[in-house]
Amino acid sequence: MTTDEQRSVAPAQAPTAEAAAGGTGAASPKIEVRDLDVYYGAFRAVKGVTMAVRPRSVTAVIGPSGCGKSTFLRTLNRMHELAPKARVEGTVLLDGANVYDPAVDPVRLRRYVGMVFQRPNPFPTMSIYDNVVAGIRLAGRSSRSELDGIVERSLRRAALWNEVKDKLREPGTSLSGGQQQRLCIARAIAVDPEVVLMDEPASALDPVATLRIEELIAELRTNYTIVIVTHNMQQAGRVSDETAFFTMDEDRAGYLVEFGPTREIFTNPREQLTEDYVSGRFG
Amino acid sequence: MAVRTDLVPDGAAQRPSAADRLLGPHRGNERMRAVVDVVMRLVSLAAAIVVIVPLVAIVGYVLVKGLPTLTLEFLTHASGNTESPGALNAILGSLQMVPVALLIGGSLGLLAGIYLAEYAGPRMAAGGTFLVDVLLGVPSILAGVLVYATLVTYWTGSSAIAGSVALAVVMFPIVIRASEEVLRLVPGSIREASLALGIARWRTVVSVVVPVARAGLLTGIMLAFARGFGETAPLLFTARGSESLNVGDFSSPMAALPLFVYQNSRLPDRTFVAQAWSAAIVLLAIVLAINVIVRGRSVGSRVE
Repeated sequence: MTTDEQRSVAPAQAPTAEAAAGGTGAASPKIEVRDLDVYYGAFRAVKGVTMAVRPRSVTAVIGPSGCGKSTFLRTLNRMHELAPKARVEGTVLLDGANVYDPAVDPVRLRRYVGMVFQRPNPFPTMSIYDNVVAGIRLAGRSSRSELDGIVERSLRRAALWNEVKDKLREPGTSLSGGQQQRLCIARAIAVDPEVVLMDEPASALDPVATLRIEELIAELRTNYTIVIVTHNMQQAGRVSDETAFFTMDEDRAGYLVEFGPTREIFTNPREQLTEDYVSGRFG
Repeated sequence: MAVRTDLVPDGAAQRPSAADRLLGPHRGNERMRAVVDVVMRLVSLAAAIVVIVPLVAIVGYVLVKGLPTLTLEFLTHASGNTESPGALNAILGSLQMVPVALLIGGSLGLLAGIYLAEYAGPRMAAGGTFLVDVLLGVPSILAGVLVYATLVTYWTGSSAIAGSVALAVVMFPIVIRASEEVLRLVPGSIREASLALGIARWRTVVSVVVPVARAGLLTGIMLAFARGFGETAPLLFTARGSESLNVGDFSSPMAALPLFVYQNSRLPDRTFVAQAWSAAIVLLAIVLAINVIVRGRSVGSRVE
């Protein structure tokens, strides 16, 4: 990846500056979103989002149902544009490079910005082993001798190795829901992405499995930049360094109300809307 | 005791006791309902029998008429053999032309189905699906006429390859429809998982989506295969039939089992007509075998 220094230090909007100031370091952001509008046909689902995600941190996106959190997340690796008539205005910078530049191939972008979905979705015809290396094999960078090592390392990072090391040839779908989700995380990190997007990764899991995923997120943040959408505020509080609160405007478009360090969002928010939401008064 | 009033019409102040409501005299329409129920059951049963009887009768009649002449000579001699004619040329003809047709129709149909299910936009997919449905309803003799008017007239003449192409035209819509439908059953989340890994679209289709739908795709192709064995009309003006053994020469006319049945049944000789029945047995056996294999497959994959 090339870092375009000039673009990454371009004058930042107010929320970005505050977020950077509230963070622990002044490192340039991994992802910077500027004036992002997301449309499905004529309907604007998300409007005017400007925020920055620090490298090797966990950023939570919270908000009520329908506020566009998932849509926003999917614009970060251009999965959003798979929906019919979807389009985006504004910029998303990854290390200063605009991912919506016409020259950017979304397939390539997604190797750097991986994704974990709400429901575990291992490839049903593949074994555990094949699931983990699917991204490497099918994206054409096959180096057979390294695969075993990648499988072990990815499964260890996903805290699944000890449970599956003796049955790597069994189908991925034979695992429990929580294990399947960790398999999907292993699959996502096997291609060595820089950013991992998680769309409510624990909402289909039981509390024990949820806890394991949360512990895993805490470990993954040492190597990856993580953006996680969750409608579970406790979870956002437990796993994230910074939190973005979205809500829906009167025109049904989601927008960013407040973005800052998680502790401040939950204990001392600037906006009344945020306070109402995190204190459980609505949403 | 609380009394439900929502079941009685307005103004019906007097309510029967609970026991009377269930066990008391029927209101007229309840008895009628029971009678209609029985009548419906009998009528649908009768219809089912009427449909099944011819099916069993066909198999039985074919066996009775054809078994006596289903001899070893019948299976090993060509129909042009003057001493003891058989149907070997027709059997081998079908076994050559139908697989070649499947190669053409199956692969193109599969690709078209993939296009409709995976690549086409909503409008394109709807239009394509509609056209395929229309094609499914086109009489198969028109496939023969089409190939006759083009391939046979301007290029190949009457030949096995023209027969295979005509059969392939009949197979197209079957394979397209079946593959489109099973591919649509593959959950979108599987495609998303693959695309989110940075796997290209074509690779996602080939290595992730198609394997998930494999059993269904094979079923569709096998059904088209069985259909190809049974079709007569597309071969009438194309492969035309042949009295001698033709192995591997696709530029010449070739016999086929359904053609043999059709042509032999019109000959003014008892033995030839009887042989038409024998050929029908062979044809039935092949088609039934394919269907049984398909059924076994689809049952197996459902258990999976």
